[in-house]
Amino acid sequence: MTIRTAPPRTGSPVAPRTGTPDALLIHPGEIAPGRARTRGPLRREGPEKLTGEAKYADDLVFPGAWYGATIRSTDARARLVGIDLAKDFDWSKVVVVTAADIPGENIVSLISDDQPVLIPVGGEIQHHAEPLALIAAPDRETLRAAKRALTVRTEKLEPIFDPLASEHVFAHYEIASGDVEAGFAGADLVLEGTYRVGHQEQLYIENNAMIAVLREDGGVTLHGSLQCPYYVHKALKRALALDDVRAQVIQAETGGGFGGKEEYPSILAIHAALLALKCRKPVRMIYDRHEDIAATTKRHPAIVSHRTGVKRDGTLVAQDIDIVMDGGAYSTLTPVVLSRGAIHAGGPYRCPNVRIRARATRTNTPPNGAFRGFGAPQTEFAAETHLNRLADALAIGPLDIRRKNVYRIGDITPTGQVLRESVAGEEVLERGAEAAEFERLRERSARARTEAAASGPSSPLATGPTRRASGIGLALAWHGAGFTGSGEVKLASVASVELTAAGEIRILTASTEMGQGTKTIFPQLVADALSVPYEDVEIAPQDTAFVPDSGPTVASRTAMVVGGLCIKAAERLREQVELATDRSFAESYRDYAKEHGGVRIDQKFEAYPGVHFDDETYRGDAYPAFGWASCVAEVDVDLDTGEVAVTNVVAVDDIGRVIHQTLAEGQVEGGTLQAIGYATIEEMKLHDGRYLNDRLATYLIPTALDAPRITAILVEAPFSGAPHGAKGVGELPMDVGAPAVVAAIHDATGAWIHELPATPERILAALGATTTAPSPTVPAGRRRVEDAIEAPIEEGTDPRPDAPTDPQPLRGPQK
Amino acid sequence: MNVRLLVNGSPVELDVPGMRRLLDVLREDLGLTGTKEGCGEGECGACSVILDGQVVDACLVPMSQVDGSTVRTVEGLARPAAGSTERQLDELQAAFLATGGAQCGICTPGMLMAARAYVDAGGGPDDDAIREAIAGNLCRCTGYTKIVEAIALAATPKAEV
Amino acid sequence: MPRTLDEAFAILATAPHRPIAGGTDVMVQITGEIGPPPDRMIDLWRLDELRGIALDAGVLTLGALTTYTDIRRSAVCREHVPALVDAAATIGASQIQNRGTLGGNIANASPAGDTLPVLLATDAEIVVGGARGERTIPVTEFWVAYRKTALAPDELVLRVRIPLPAGREVRFRKIGTRRAQAISKVVMALAWRDGGRGWSDVRLALGSVADRPIRARRTERALEGRRPIAETADRAAATLAGEIEPIDDVRSTADYRRVVAARVLHRLVRDAGGW
Repeated sequence: MTIRTAPPRTGSPVAPRTGTPDALLIHPGEIAPGRARTRGPLRREGPEKLTGEAKYADDLVFPGAWYGATIRSTDARARLVGIDLAKDFDWSKVVVVTAADIPGENIVSLISDDQPVLIPVGGEIQHHAEPLALIAAPDRETLRAAKRALTVRTEKLEPIFDPLASEHVFAHYEIASGDVEAGFAGADLVLEGTYRVGHQEQLYIENNAMIAVLREDGGVTLHGSLQCPYYVHKALKRALALDDVRAQVIQAETGGGFGGKEEYPSILAIHAALLALKCRKPVRMIYDRHEDIAATTKRHPAIVSHRTGVKRDGTLVAQDIDIVMDGGAYSTLTPVVLSRGAIHAGGPYRCPNVRIRARATRTNTPPNGAFRGFGAPQTEFAAETHLNRLADALAIGPLDIRRKNVYRIGDITPTGQVLRESVAGEEVLERGAEAAEFERLRERSARARTEAAASGPSSPLATGPTRRASGIGLALAWHGAGFTGSGEVKLASVASVELTAAGEIRILTASTEMGQGTKTIFPQLVADALSVPYEDVEIAPQDTAFVPDSGPTVASRTAMVVGGLCIKAAERLREQVELATDRSFAESYRDYAKEHGGVRIDQKFEAYPGVHFDDETYRGDAYPAFGWASCVAEVDVDLDTGEVAVTNVVAVDDIGRVIHQTLAEGQVEGGTLQAIGYATIEEMKLHDGRYLNDRLATYLIPTALDAPRITAILVEAPFSGAPHGAKGVGELPMDVGAPAVVAAIHDATGAWIHELPATPERILAALGATTTAPSPTVPAGRRRVEDAIEAPIEEGTDPRPDAPTDPQPLRGPQK
Repeated sequence: MNVRLLVNGSPVELDVPGMRRLLDVLREDLGLTGTKEGCGEGECGACSVILDGQVVDACLVPMSQVDGSTVRTVEGLARPAAGSTERQLDELQAAFLATGGAQCGICTPGMLMAARAYVDAGGGPDDDAIREAIAGNLCRCTGYTKIVEAIALAATPKAEV
Repeated sequence: MPRTLDEAFAILATAPHRPIAGGTDVMVQITGEIGPPPDRMIDLWRLDELRGIALDAGVLTLGALTTYTDIRRSAVCREHVPALVDAAATIGASQIQNRGTLGGNIANASPAGDTLPVLLATDAEIVVGGARGERTIPVTEFWVAYRKTALAPDELVLRVRIPLPAGREVRFRKIGTRRAQAISKVVMALAWRDGGRGWSDVRLALGSVADRPIRARRTERALEGRRPIAETADRAAATLAGEIEPIDDVRSTADYRRVVAARVLHRLVRDAGGW
């Protein structure tokens, strides 16, 4: 039996497509490669995880291994003058590594070459957690003593913490279509708004961990918690001057990544390898939680300003969007994060005149990097909240303004991409609204607000007879599937399917399992393509000595891109075997292997037909396809304290094709809760460039009691370029949760929150109860909404009589 | 100090510093690496074990306090199957596997032990009660939905299944 | 590891030791990753003399090693001081409640200790002892400064005595960042007796708004002798907002704490008045 903790209110969990123009290539009910059966196979590595047998990096035993530690800066910006070893410590018991010990280039290889492995003496420290030296010792006690006996001398330099003030630009883009000024001239209303989001920590429950083991050939093998074996491989080769063979990377079981183990493991692997090469022992570098939060990458903070022109009926006519992201101290993946953020910044809406300007700058804070959603959650929070404020100003419902503007087949995006197929924004919107009974509950909260207002005013020190208010909010998003622009073509990923001489079928890819289900869906896809049982298909370990470079396990690209390559490789294998044996693959492959020996099919990525993007002009098909997501959130707000309880969420995601329903729902549910954490409680506080809440007692993520009942509804609008139609699922839910929650808080209280997270402190400030909370203050004037449309409104006034809390001005058309 | 305890039914005798953490003894001295360390300060619950019938964070328990105690870890959940050398998942593990309650798996051992303590104490399939029982176990993958579903499945009296 | 109180007292008489009971605070420091671990420690866990909950002559006595789980499961506590049960239920989650002790909460002296406002509001007494004998400290005199108690270095917290006057009501409210495993932003306990003409013996205690758990005596006076009507609630909330001086920290802001403390008090009075 199945127990549903959150039964869908209507319909089946997997919704067949209805209504939209027919881009369906694989019809519902038809068995396509990897199509979900009523029940998918059980998680491949599930039994090991459930019995405790699965080996994560810290579980691996290497006899005689030493323990490694990182000596970090405590200055946000400084010159490293010297590294001093105390005279009264016996340094022969340990090894110390500095930049001078690096055999290759002192660079953590990624996009730019700006991040050093270790700051050399005389070099400039760029953030407070910057690695300066490394120590390894045979036991933890000696290691702690050695750490205390090493001191660094620095000369402080003036740090920069404000991304707006920083002149060091990592990347900038401008995307333009139509004529924005002409668009504003023709608008009935122009609304401006600025939205801010802070850092978010990935908070995988397994900290970053890496173990370096020397190889007999003079190279080094790394066993670690990581998403992208070949990123680590490349970085190791460069910093340690090793060739392809002598640098070997093996993924241990990985306890969550979410982007946090995309680029960070590279520097950790180099550190562990440097120590191992010096002490000639295996070296374990297992971060504790404090170091992991203090030093590793976070989601980029962003400041997003919108100026939007609309017609009286809600039709968007002009969007002028300015994005500034805080890259932290080094470039890492910032240019790509910013690019994705910029491309998605307008939201999933048709608008003829758009200008998006985006830049990311350097601050003297730990580098920011990849985190599920990769720039889009930041900009789509701004887009959705701004659209809700527009709807509010026009007295149009949130659902109706989206119905009016959402992309449909044939629409053109700001990069000039024509949306030719797989466009399901309207469908996820309607399904979410219907399943959550959005309009009915919204009417209910409106009535409650009116009644509460009638029962007397509240004062800063006391609220009215009703302590709680309920609200419902809706958000819609799009998320480009796979790498941006020409990324996939440049990557040229390879996935392989092998029939071994022993008659075993084996998948070889570098795509890692970190909970999302890679090790289950790949065998499922290949088994279907070969018409053999799921159990007969094995998957090789993610070891660079054996598997080809299938690209990184990021960007929700694994199921779509690498899964597609697996299917194509399997189809080629099937054809080869069936041609030779004249029997079905399933009947004949064992005989074929006996007779002909093993055969391995390497399938390389080929550009999706008709997809072109110009990286110079930022014109063209930014993504081969988009996934579409809606989220409807219900909240209860404690009016005394501003505490928010998210009670129910309906999450609808179009993922192209459902390969494994349970796993896909798991992605949606987990992503939704991460988004709710982002919306409500997850906040990094900084002082002098250092994270203040760098422990699990102070950086809080939702517990089971904070989590709402989540209903995941999967929609299928397949992408024709992938043999199975899948578009990826991981990141979609991350884009919609936060704006839905913020909209629900507004519905409950009348307060607009412009900055994430929507903490009780910000909510009470927005409601006027506190004056010094970290939010803009409340404007004094009031104007009715009709006035906003009839005549320009001067700055600093609020058009909505029952919403005294929107601190951002409406402006009339600029003439 | 000399400490004797029963770990997953097997007697264990160790000479350890009294303030050594139970977590470290399990993982490093006894090789029971199923119990995970996520924070070292009792916030995440990844190191949850059952100590004398109560779920505790093994990172907060000094060895001096477990002399004569009984400890159950995730390794002690699966039982030998009748007439086979294979071990059979217990009903909670089987339910987690069926519902998709384990994703990355790092919180899973601790989550299973908190759930085991809840079920052993007579807890039923009530959603709120289950959520309270696992409120000390952080999961970043699942949104808890399928974990709660799994525990409810395992906590449902068999006649109703 | 002492097995009897006398053994423990003898150890403490030789030199100061850091006591450890359930370990939920101390063990975090043991690995030495967050500052140096304590030098000398004394493990109290086996001192069964410090366990148990007893009701005698209108006084509830709880041993220092009473865990939060013990409190939550105690029928006596639920009947006589449900606010203490409420407070115990908000601390950590099962894992912490099974190990954390009332004595630890008291001796650790965190300004955010969740049971402490309840003890202040109920006029509890802390019985402490050592080789030199036992003494009883009124709870209002126990926390003397930031994380400092009235305990001498050779003394331990032994028991807590909570008097149970007839007709006393106690309410507890905690405001944290999330619904489990959260350190409070504001924590409050309010106690009163209602003689029909107005409230008497009003006690209002708060945590996380000062360097130690405090009584808000000016606000208590604003409530004393009053009936729980709107005017009383307004006056009490305004008095409290003027009385406490919380700070900005990693969990919240001074302004938020001040306003929310006032609002929560207003709500407690309002709920008591039934309007």
